[in-house]
Amino acid sequence: MGKLIVSLSPHAHGTDTVERNMYGVIIALLPALLVSFYFFGTGSAIVCATSVASCVLFEWAINKFMLKNERTTICDGSAVLTGLLLGFNLPSNLPLWIIIIGALFAIGVGKMTFGGLGNNLFNPALVGRAALLVAFPAQMTTWPVPGQLTSYLNAETGATPLAIMKDAIKHGDASILDQLPSSLDLFIGNHPAGGGALGEICALALLLGLAYMLWQKIITWHIPVSIIGTVFVFSGLMHLANPVYANPVSVCLSGGLMLGAIFMATDYVTSPMTAKGQLIYGIAIGVLTVVIRNWGAYPEGMSFAILIMNAFTPLINNYVKPTRFGEVPEKK
Amino acid sequence: MMNARTFSIGGVHPEENKLSHDAVTQVAALPKQAIFPLSQHIGAPAKPVVQKGDKVKVGTLIAEAGGFVSAPIFSSVSGTVFKIDTAIDATGYRKPVIIINVEGDEWEERIDRSDRLELVKDHPELTPEEIVTRIKDAGVVGMGGACFPTFIKLTPPPTAKAECVIINAVECEPYITADYRLMMEHADEILVGLELLMKGAKVTKGYIGIETNKMPAIELLTKKCTEVFGGTEYSVEVVPLKQRYPQGGEKQLVDAVIHRQVPAPPAIPVNVGAIVQNVGTAFAVYEAVMKHKPLFERYTTVTGKRLQNPGNFLVRMGTPMKDLIDACGGMPEDDNKLLAGGPMMGKALTSVDVPICKGTNSVTIISGDEAVRKEPNPCIRCAKCVSACPMGLEPYLLAKLAEVKNWERAEHEDVVSCIECGSCQFTCPAHRPLLDNIRQAKATVMGIIRARAAAAQKK
Repeated sequence: MGKLIVSLSPHAHGTDTVERNMYGVIIALLPALLVSFYFFGTGSAIVCATSVASCVLFEWAINKFMLKNERTTICDGSAVLTGLLLGFNLPSNLPLWIIIIGALFAIGVGKMTFGGLGNNLFNPALVGRAALLVAFPAQMTTWPVPGQLTSYLNAETGATPLAIMKDAIKHGDASILDQLPSSLDLFIGNHPAGGGALGEICALALLLGLAYMLWQKIITWHIPVSIIGTVFVFSGLMHLANPVYANPVSVCLSGGLMLGAIFMATDYVTSPMTAKGQLIYGIAIGVLTVVIRNWGAYPEGMSFAILIMNAFTPLINNYVKPTRFGEVPEKK
Repeated sequence: MMNARTFSIGGVHPEENKLSHDAVTQVAALPKQAIFPLSQHIGAPAKPVVQKGDKVKVGTLIAEAGGFVSAPIFSSVSGTVFKIDTAIDATGYRKPVIIINVEGDEWEERIDRSDRLELVKDHPELTPEEIVTRIKDAGVVGMGGACFPTFIKLTPPPTAKAECVIINAVECEPYITADYRLMMEHADEILVGLELLMKGAKVTKGYIGIETNKMPAIELLTKKCTEVFGGTEYSVEVVPLKQRYPQGGEKQLVDAVIHRQVPAPPAIPVNVGAIVQNVGTAFAVYEAVMKHKPLFERYTTVTGKRLQNPGNFLVRMGTPMKDLIDACGGMPEDDNKLLAGGPMMGKALTSVDVPICKGTNSVTIISGDEAVRKEPNPCIRCAKCVSACPMGLEPYLLAKLAEVKNWERAEHEDVVSCIECGSCQFTCPAHRPLLDNIRQAKATVMGIIRARAAAAQKK
């Protein structure tokens, strides 16, 4: 007989691990990744690979040389995930050195300065994207047109659905909206005027990822549904009031909305801890997104809306509490 | 299709591992020496009434209740008091015990050892007060593990009114099957016990909550209930419950069965009209009241994945666990965790000589890798602990507050409502020791609350 081990209860543990969740999200991103290979060819592969590799490298280096941690954290999958999400948010023809700077911002500034996994206030991938958008506005707002299998260096670029919508509002001319791809094309992502960041254009692939994450209980429905629902209702009301605002289906299927609602806003670390809090967070992101898209300087508002609400997450956690057992009045 | 109920917030689904589900109960062999801790229940320790050298029989009182919230202890063996000493009990500390050397098996005459089923209607002398007195005098306590003296639950404070008795036959802890076996083997006695409990508490409504992984017990008890209680003043309902841990927690069970939520402490189930008693307690009540048999033996599961023959035993209290483990094939050759209770709420023991007590529903042995905790990772704030908490608390926050010793905030965040079920830690993907920290915060905050109340009383 060996020795008796003593510890406090519980003595059983479920099978869940940090890695299972991180790699689960990565698996959920695969459909969208494959679709982007198809639409943007080598460009997509080069951008994603560079982003992932540099994120992992920066996390490893900062851990080893700056924080002097014994344990490396790159195996938990979170750096790979950040890299992949950053890549998804970039144009597929972005120069490599810009991607590397973005990765440095994402991991270095967005994650490791706060103390690494679990401590960051803002979504690291979005910190990287926002930094690049401010620093390299020209490169970050020219979007390759989908459907070019082999172009990285000479990708043809074109207008995005969001730019068309912005144009219609600016000129007060609803007929500009006729240039928009049909809802079905937006859903699939395959249309010359349907460009955008390499991971965001196919709503179908992203929704498949959502289904997988819900099935695997990696996330709950609260954040994605509240964001998409709010954007739909808000932009629907705008469309009814004035047809220069695009119809709500197109709005929901364009730009980074699906990618943001499903993969960026649901980041564990930077979203609220209670179901009620998540609904508040999701609704606020939805409202902010429509406000920025319709009246802000940028055509896309998703990433800024998420970053703004990331900042509110501690406040939401502080004030929005789950219903305690025994608190609700008697049911029938 | 059966409409199974369950509680409203949180919960987890641990692997069942009911290895001894079909193992018919065996009578455990008498030990050579029986050890009786004086603290086998919630409340004041019992006070010894025997001395070294005294002869005792099976059922002889050896220690009397040490206060109002306390319970007497009876010898489970016949023989000679060897000494009154200290020994390591389930808490891991040395505690006062009475040790008896076993000689023969001679029972007190008053105990009715026949199998004849006694019915309440044949005993008009059993007034509610008489029932409660017999339960109290027989040392019956909650057999589910908490060991709260049963008679106190039957006499609620004047501010509360009992409306029903709920029998807790949930057995939601993995591995344990003692209650299931008891139901399959002594359903009639359990129902008489329930009738006694209802009569003692002066209510006519009873429920038996059973999880659907025990269908044979649900069917058996449903059938018997109609036979026994049909056409009487009592109405008893067997309530099938969805499998979900911690359904056997008192508050969760009341919520699941009658859809009423017990408010935060100090409220207890009877504040919403429910008296919850374990199914083993109902059996003990039957024996105590009808058979004049004090509480000195119980049903206990001895189990573990690496144990040769997991089984269920009718065991005399005071029997060292080692005897039972040996009867099942001995300790597995490995590092083991020996638990009094199941893997979710059981206590890890430091010795195989710890005796079976009133609350020991299981001896569970976790072996090898499963016995060792995994290295914790940083919290990724996935909120799974918040969804799992059956009390609607925020375990990640309470654990953090304990780490930084912010007791004031921990109190404000309702740490005292924690029932220590371990669902949060079970579900945590980062393997964080959430409950370790929360327990510490709960104990500290309860100390602060008591000190505050004492100070207020002084003024």
